[in-house]
Amino acid sequence: MTPTTIAAYSLLAVYSAAAVYVIAFIVSVVDLARRSSEVLAAQPLAASAGSVSAAGASASSGTTVAAPPRPPAAASATAVASPASRLQRVAFALTVLGFVIHVAAIVLRGVAASRAPWANMFEFALTGTAVIVGVYLLVSIWRDVRYLSAYITGLVTLLLMLATMNVYVDIVPLPPALQSAWLVVHVFVAILGTGFFALGAGLSIAQLLQARREAGSSSLRFLGGFPGSETLENLAYRVNVIGFAFWTFTLIAGAIWAEHAWGRYWGWDTKEVWTFIIWVVYAGYIHARATRGWRGSRSAWLAIVGFTAVLFNFTIVNLFFKGFHAYSGL
Amino acid sequence: MASAPRSDRTAAKSTDPLRPADHIDQPVPEPGSGVAQPKLGLVGYLRFFWRQLTSMRTALVLLLLLALAAVPGSLVPQRSSDPNGVLQYKAENPDSFKILDALGVFSTFSSPWFSAIYLLLFVSLVGCILPRTKHHLEAMRARPPKTPVRLSRLVGHTEVRSGADVEAAVDEARAALRSAGYRVEPYPVPGGDSISAERGYLRETGNLVFHAALVGVLVTVGVGGGFGYNGQKVIVQDTAFTNSLAGYDSFNPGRFFTEQALEPFSVRLDDFDGHYELNPATGVYQPVDYTAHLSVRTPGTDWTDADLKVNEPFEIGGTKAYLLGNGYAPVVTVRDTSGAVAYTGPVAFLPLDGNLMSRGVIKVPDGLDEQLGFMGFFYPDPLELTDGTFTSLSPYAGDASLLSLNVYTGDLGLDAGVSVNAYTLDVDELEQIAGPQADTESIKLVQGQTAELPNGLGTIEFTGLKRFASVEFHHDPTEGWVLVFALLILGGLLLSLFVPRRRMWVKAVADGDGTRIEYAGLARGEDPTLAAAVADLARRHQERLERRMNP
Ligand code: HEM
Repeated sequence: MTPTTIAAYSLLAVYSAAAVYVIAFIVSVVDLARRSSEVLAAQPLAASAGSVSAAGASASSGTTVAAPPRPPAAASATAVASPASRLQRVAFALTVLGFVIHVAAIVLRGVAASRAPWANMFEFALTGTAVIVGVYLLVSIWRDVRYLSAYITGLVTLLLMLATMNVYVDIVPLPPALQSAWLVVHVFVAILGTGFFALGAGLSIAQLLQARREAGSSSLRFLGGFPGSETLENLAYRVNVIGFAFWTFTLIAGAIWAEHAWGRYWGWDTKEVWTFIIWVVYAGYIHARATRGWRGSRSAWLAIVGFTAVLFNFTIVNLFFKGFHAYSGL
Repeated sequence: MASAPRSDRTAAKSTDPLRPADHIDQPVPEPGSGVAQPKLGLVGYLRFFWRQLTSMRTALVLLLLLALAAVPGSLVPQRSSDPNGVLQYKAENPDSFKILDALGVFSTFSSPWFSAIYLLLFVSLVGCILPRTKHHLEAMRARPPKTPVRLSRLVGHTEVRSGADVEAAVDEARAALRSAGYRVEPYPVPGGDSISAERGYLRETGNLVFHAALVGVLVTVGVGGGFGYNGQKVIVQDTAFTNSLAGYDSFNPGRFFTEQALEPFSVRLDDFDGHYELNPATGVYQPVDYTAHLSVRTPGTDWTDADLKVNEPFEIGGTKAYLLGNGYAPVVTVRDTSGAVAYTGPVAFLPLDGNLMSRGVIKVPDGLDEQLGFMGFFYPDPLELTDGTFTSLSPYAGDASLLSLNVYTGDLGLDAGVSVNAYTLDVDELEQIAGPQADTESIKLVQGQTAELPNGLGTIEFTGLKRFASVEFHHDPTEGWVLVFALLILGGLLLSLFVPRRRMWVKAVADGDGTRIEYAGLARGEDPTLAAAVADLARRHQERLERRMNP
């Protein structure tokens, strides 16, 4: 097979993966809608669940971190209503399938180009979305985060479609400035960090919504099967700090590479500025979590601002801002 | 933490990491205490101010301000990284330029407001780490805290009955905890004995290393960067560059730079290879490899060969050279009417696109009746378009390579004593004597051809073709230190985020003919796996007891 044929198969796989994700997304949304009506049926139980589980978390753990599972009885009552509903399991299986096809698309792209497939914006998006799903699946092994299925599949489908429609480029050779092992390392670690930040932001959004519900909002019934806001916050924190560690490494690896390629390790180039801004925002987030009066919703907002900056950096900055990094051929 | 029994707080305090008063782990101040006390006096105010500056909240607000303050620096071009962009901005938006320039937005990262934020942040940081470091050094020598009276309120509390006696239970607990990396201390309890254990001091060490290394980076960049320099030089094939201030095309010295920092060496460009591949979709060639074949010489040695590539700088002593750009340098010879040479030499033409269509300027201030300026294009692989203009089909030069020049007369401005950019010609004050706005057509030459200049001024010959490489020389004696601090930042961060800091207690109390053993833990900071760790300890401890009793 010629590289062009392989690249065509890769693109076909991208479309197929996107299609599978779309179905997974729809199933997840239906699942959330179902939950919302099931919880409605179990109203008396559900109403008390939020407050009990919140109180339970702080009393039982005796630390800032809620002890792992051991959910208080009332909370499990709602969870039992749909611990992993059939729909949720279907959505999860579809996501795994989409992921496998997605990875195949990346491998084919890499084979066709005979290099690491993350050298232009289409390829960043292709790999980045796969890593977002990968992180989600990985974390699912450790903690049940399948309630984020709609968020993850929705986000990934959207990004994948935007990338394929707007920034698709055929395979081209790497310009000399990109021929470096640091490209592989720096970019891949940045993508990994992005994957964790994406999941973290999803958890933070869920946390904010859940906190509103716990405060008495009646319009967020689909959150019935979600953990309490404090559990979500702790999980979000753990995911985000992993992202932060990767991002710190990205910053350093980027500086080393810049030193190799351009003769200065830091020059406040547009892309460097944004990488720095993101890093500082997440450092702020970590501080906020440890500052009295900032833990909870305020720190969650910082995590969301941080991920918004990541998306902004990847889309708007790449497309419209001028800078050294602009040669990525989109 | 929050629910640690009151009575244990004093015992626990000495080994707890010291935190600013508004840290989430610190006790909530009693209303009325501290902050709003009347009659503070000067010292009181200073202390109050210092405490504010070194609080978590201030650090947080300053961090967020820093992120916000960096944003304008990405929205408008910066003098440091994109000086031409600044000029262009000025030309396009003269009004907003004035306001933004007064605010310092074009040099955001050295502006007073940006500097104020990060300097305050770092003062706060130093004020934060010094007392914490002192405290941490003491804590590392302190004993683990006394065993709380009631373990049942702590994490992972487990209670078992065992046939072993108290002594055996405590012995094995000590051994099990030691082997898991805990520091242990026995504390007798009513009716039995207990082991108090603590681990994870590295978490606080990592946190301190992280924050201190941030200061390290700032200081090395701020001070060390001042001793270095960087400079650019366009080196044309077969010519040599000698490292001296006068030799550079542009030069940016650090604040503390002295000429002694320029190491003596010479670099000659012998040849340049560019490899390209055609992108069938766009019809433009893409570079796949650039290699500048250089000869390098330091005083007292012979020329030695060196290859310079993008991403592969080479070092001469403490100076690094980088390949930034390249292109063609046509060699032209301008003669007066008598045939005497008024100007000869290669002139670097700057590439405009991937096929190396390039633009350049030739200035001939002396030797002719009038000052002459040429501005034009070089097409390595020319193709005439239907409208009479040219383009280049590939980056490869050959016999057909075309030089197309407009000719101007007038004052070139070279005598005024101010330095002028060699790559631009200010044509506003000049008269075009060949080109679209003149009676004579622009001059078109291939290699070896000679053309008459208009007005009988003389001739110009396209004598030959060379390559040039634009090379950046960079000297920064503190670069290695910056890297060391950056790695300390990373290492410290990983330790402080992922090493769990926790306390464990094992209490054994005689109970009838056996022993009642209790296990519990307490997290110091984020510690998601504590409950599992207590369960694990309990299991290992009982296995050990089992083995001890039934060897
Ligand atoms: C230059 C600005 C600063 C940056 C970029 C920064 C960044 C960070 C980061 C990334 C962490 C989490 C990793 C770790 O625990 O080591 C952290 C934690 C921490 N920082 Fe900073 N920091 C800065 C300034 C400060 C200042 C001025 C203070 C003192 C008020 C401070 C106090 C703390 C404390 C107490 C923690 C531990 C939080 C916890 O207990 O979880 N930091 N900082």
